[in-house]
Amino acid sequence: MNAKGKVIKYGNNVDTDVIIPARYLNTTDEKELASHCMEDLDKTFPSRVAAGCTIMVAGQNFGCGSSREHAPLSIKAAGISCVIAEDFARIFFRNAINIGLPIVESPEAAASIEDGDNVEVYFDEGIIKNVTKGKEFKIAPFPPFLQAIISAGGLLAAAEKGRLMP
Amino acid sequence: MGMTMSQKIIAAHAGRDSVKAGEIVMAKLDMVLGNDITAPVAIKEFYKAKTSCVFDCGKIALVMDHFTPNKDIKAAEQCKAVRDFAREKGVVNFFDVGEVGVEHALLPEKGLVGSGDLIIGADSHTCTYGALGAFSTGVGSTDMAYAMATGTAWFKVPTAIKFVLRNKPQKWVSGKDVILHIIGKIGVNGAQYKSMEFTGDGLKNLTIDDRLCMANMAIEAGAKNGIFEYDEITAAYEAEHRSKKPVIYKADEDAEYEKVIEIDLSAIKPTVAFPHLPENTRTIDEVGEVKIDQVVIGSCTNGRLEDLEIAAGILKGRKVHKDCRVLIIPATQKIYLEAMQKGYLEIFINSGCAVSTPTCGPCLGGHMGVLAKGERAVATTNRNFVGRMGHTESEVYLASPAIAAASAIAGKIASPEQI
Ligand code: SF4
Repeated sequence: MNAKGKVIKYGNNVDTDVIIPARYLNTTDEKELASHCMEDLDKTFPSRVAAGCTIMVAGQNFGCGSSREHAPLSIKAAGISCVIAEDFARIFFRNAINIGLPIVESPEAAASIEDGDNVEVYFDEGIIKNVTKGKEFKIAPFPPFLQAIISAGGLLAAAEKGRLMP
Repeated sequence: MGMTMSQKIIAAHAGRDSVKAGEIVMAKLDMVLGNDITAPVAIKEFYKAKTSCVFDCGKIALVMDHFTPNKDIKAAEQCKAVRDFAREKGVVNFFDVGEVGVEHALLPEKGLVGSGDLIIGADSHTCTYGALGAFSTGVGSTDMAYAMATGTAWFKVPTAIKFVLRNKPQKWVSGKDVILHIIGKIGVNGAQYKSMEFTGDGLKNLTIDDRLCMANMAIEAGAKNGIFEYDEITAAYEAEHRSKKPVIYKADEDAEYEKVIEIDLSAIKPTVAFPHLPENTRTIDEVGEVKIDQVVIGSCTNGRLEDLEIAAGILKGRKVHKDCRVLIIPATQKIYLEAMQKGYLEIFINSGCAVSTPTCGPCLGGHMGVLAKGERAVATTNRNFVGRMGHTESEVYLASPAIAAASAIAGKIASPEQI
């Protein structure tokens, strides 16, 4: 599994209220959620994703605040293929893994990659390549239990396949 | 090596003698919670799985509190989906309009959560129940779906920060000021992935309502859970609210903490968190002139009886400022009724406040008090992110019920001593 694209970059403490504002939580429809993703922080988000910015990079504590799974769901449904951050708020981290949105924790990559850079992420090899800058970053692998969930495509899928024995 | 309170509860529920920070375990749950926003997503997932039965119809709580009484057709459809599911699966603890309260005020009051329990909820403020000595944490809807099917969840065993509370808070200083003070000190990711464990001889000066408020905001420091050491105050509360026998976990003497932070409760001043992060705290004497348009007293943080009592004491015989709208939202029906019997509601109405049926309402900018562009609110809620209570250019200042009530009268952020 790999991800590649241009980078759309945000700062620290991007909270789930700006990822998907509560006023849109009266639906579970992923397309509708995706259409409002990031709108309180960045009105250009949908057009930039459409133009190929499919890798999101952010600073510390990405996804803090409410537990709404609508947040990673809307990011995934909006067409983002991977989120790289310095670190993630814990419920967002859980939710992303449980729904199969690829996320990568890398303080070095998150600090060095700039908005608009071309980036490739090789999950199995554990490498982030910044093609624009010619730099590479190693990703620490997830524990096997989480890898099993990710490779099955989410928590429930992993459970079905009997892969949930930590 | 010894274990923290949180680690002990996880170990017991994972069927283990001991666990170590960082390992991932599967553990059995005593309660699984969802609301009208998160449960519909979980139910969708649940139906995708092969099981058709819930693990235990007495250990699931579904609380219709966020967009209720239904704010629009979509909200009504969401509640209906949950209602239908609850009926079909025979979920005992389904709470609908008329008996509903804000979930984190309701569950402790009903005795559905308590000491020694392991609880997850598809709501970030599920950490509230740590006030009673439970391990309790927020998760997402997929976790909730899996938990409803299996009665288990995966946990990465957390490390912890120990907060040793000393002395007695001054007048007008409540649990809200203490937790805002702590978040201001350690930051919104100061306890990222960790437990916040509260202990020390100052505990005896904090009521259960103070503790529920403090544990509630552990997530605002990024924590996995907040937990209070069990004492006589917890015992008295549980005796009144719960028939299940208390199970008490104390941290081992040699438990490992990442940090130990001493908090002198007597040195804490009334504290306000400025927009747009709960860590942007200032003490009341550093606030300056901040005119406000709205005050909200309610939510899972500060919508309990003690909170209303404090607000009523300040508002009694006074009028709210003419430029300020004031909303009071008792967090549960029981609190509503008691506030009525004690005469608080009459005080509120006489001073010009609107009193609402229990709902999350304005706390998440849902309904019942959404802010316009440029408006400012003082709220006893727990988050002041961009757009949290309405327009992205509105502002939320987090404070205690005492500060909120005084501000309502002054039309600007004020302490009860200034009015
Ligand atoms: S009152 Fe606010 S913080 Fe509490 S559960 Fe409701 S929306 Fe969440």
